[in-house]
Amino acid sequence: MNELRTVLSDVVTRLFTDRVTKDLIESAETGAWPDALWQAVEENGLTWPLVPESQGGAGGTWGDAFVVARAAGRHAVPLPIVETIVASWLLSTSGLDVPSGPLTIAPVHREDRLRLTRAGSGWRLGGVAARVPWGRAAGHVVIVTEAEGRVMVGLAARSSAQVKTDQNLAREPRDTLAFDAAPVVAVAPAGRGLPAHAVWLYGALVRSAQIAGGLDYLLRQASQYATERRQFGKPIGSFQVIQQNLAVLAGHTAAAGTAAAHAFRAADRGDAAFEIAVAKARVGEAAGIGASIAHQVHGAIGFTYEHALQFVTRRLWSWRAEFGGEGEWSAELGRSVAERGADALWPHLTAR
Amino acid sequence: MSVQTFRFELGELPPEAEALRAEVREFLRQELGDAPPVRRAHSWGGFDREFSKKMGARGWIAMTWPKRYGGHERTALERYVVLEEMLAAGAPVSAHWIADRQSGPLLLRFGTEAQRQKFLPAIARGELSFAIGMSEPDSGSDLASLRTRADRMPGGYRVNGTKVWTSNAHLADYMIATLRTSFDPAKKHEGLTQFLVDTKLPGITMSPIIDLAGSHHFNMVVFEDVFVPEDMRVGEEGAGWKQVTTELAFERSGPERYLSSFALLLELIREVSKDPGERAAATVGRLVAHLATLRQMSLSVALMLQAGENPNLEAAVVKDVGTTFEQEVPEVVHALLGLEPTIDSGSDLQQVLGFLMQRAPSFSLRGGTREILRGIIARGLGLR
Repeated sequence: MNELRTVLSDVVTRLFTDRVTKDLIESAETGAWPDALWQAVEENGLTWPLVPESQGGAGGTWGDAFVVARAAGRHAVPLPIVETIVASWLLSTSGLDVPSGPLTIAPVHREDRLRLTRAGSGWRLGGVAARVPWGRAAGHVVIVTEAEGRVMVGLAARSSAQVKTDQNLAREPRDTLAFDAAPVVAVAPAGRGLPAHAVWLYGALVRSAQIAGGLDYLLRQASQYATERRQFGKPIGSFQVIQQNLAVLAGHTAAAGTAAAHAFRAADRGDAAFEIAVAKARVGEAAGIGASIAHQVHGAIGFTYEHALQFVTRRLWSWRAEFGGEGEWSAELGRSVAERGADALWPHLTAR
Repeated sequence: MSVQTFRFELGELPPEAEALRAEVREFLRQELGDAPPVRRAHSWGGFDREFSKKMGARGWIAMTWPKRYGGHERTALERYVVLEEMLAAGAPVSAHWIADRQSGPLLLRFGTEAQRQKFLPAIARGELSFAIGMSEPDSGSDLASLRTRADRMPGGYRVNGTKVWTSNAHLADYMIATLRTSFDPAKKHEGLTQFLVDTKLPGITMSPIIDLAGSHHFNMVVFEDVFVPEDMRVGEEGAGWKQVTTELAFERSGPERYLSSFALLLELIREVSKDPGERAAATVGRLVAHLATLRQMSLSVALMLQAGENPNLEAAVVKDVGTTFEQEVPEVVHALLGLEPTIDSGSDLQQVLGFLMQRAPSFSLRGGTREILRGIIARGLGLR
């Protein structure tokens, strides 16, 4: 880990440990926007890790963004931090200015497309984007779509959309945004050869880091609980059956962290489609198994709203399905592997 | 929270290691040519002395050892690349594998100068094959309960007892045997000592233990008043436990712990590529996601070892996750295709499936059972 990343890691850990309290998450679940926390996150430069310094960002890498995204997952931070990271990167990498404030990205499904059409000297945006993360809270929406035979990145004010609110299992906003010939703030051809489904792709990337972070929390929390909770006269963690289950959780946690980190590194190198598919498929599987073991270890107390475990497990159950579940990503990955052929698998793996 | 956890940092193979890869691939292409998939599926089970000598001639055994012992003073990462290429290709590495991975490093660390001079150069040339004599009829996972005795006598030791599950003992030149030199019921971990035992010594009787598929890899090795000279003792008397645990820790995270079913994955992809439906594609993709992740985890441990760290917990995690994966592959192929597994008829896919289905139970037994590994992981988590 380089020095910048160590500093970043310290900053996010301190900030989230101090500020993302149980009360704050509970309050966010009732619909309150934790503005003071958002301001602190923004002031610490956590939302623009990939925006060049000349544009006011941190000028960092996806590797740096990974540290933030994983910590955001570990602490169940109820803010669109990763959405803003992706949105600000899509804009800056396409040569557009990045507005401050919370951002979101759309559309979230692989095949969904919004329509950009020319209107005079500008552009208009049309179409419906369902389950947009933090839609109501975002100041702006960054969209990727095809127009005039090219992949385009567009920026629209959220106020230009009609919002129908909804939520995921963790009561994070997942809103439907309807654009009807809405004005756009800026449009540019997508940078770096981004595909038309870039939002889906990079959305899956950042969710994989959040899930890996969530699993970090589950492993620590469940291991800790097993050393404290006593039954039959001893800590439940001294029973082999509990130890074996926690070892399985450890394996999935390690795999999730590695798969996600590998995908972020690939994103720094360019084409990360293979590694993102590997990551979302692998962490999605780990999320289900991990949540199940963590709950089993905690017994009835972990099933209550009172205990903080559920802030993370409910997120994992939603996050693993967002931007493509592990089935969808596995199929995507399997098709690409089949297309290259069996004999290309090992050379491909070792070249990445 | 005070709970400890593990660390998997991504690593990168240095250019010299990657440069070696192409050379190894070309060698394997020539040596293995069109070896049938079911032969490749034997993975590190294939025993071929001629192949091992060629490996030795290339300098691909004893890669990290000092030159004065016949080694090549290359990095652990270059060795890692050679290993993973060998295993991915299904090369028959068994004749030098144990010596390269365990016995040689053991002698380097704990052996006498005379032992190093005598054994290491021959191992490096691929001419000496080793077996590991640990398990006994009443000692499997509970290694501290070993009973085969080595009693002091003038000039050496007299050995009596029985070793079992000794892979390739009938083919190996030497065995590293862990024997009991003293016994205190309160301190069973003490009193164990390691020896270099010539498998041809008088008093040693070997009999095959045939595995469930009808193959002969395992042996029962009976020692009756076998004289082992003093200078064949490895390390101090009573240091055996410490030496054995060091030895095991270094063999847990290698590519052999997740690539055992790689040949079957390749045949599955070959089959599915013809017409990849959604379900087949998802099945292949899921396995590849596991495989790609395991390779990065294993590599991460290799880099920690190269950096002189002691990633015992991480190594146990890789082995547990890796063997779970390689054990799952035949089940997944069966669930997807429902093909009948075969022995020497049918398609390559059917034969590889048949072979690995019968081999798979051993993946989570050898080198420390799944339960033992998970106990090690639990200790690393602070639970015991």
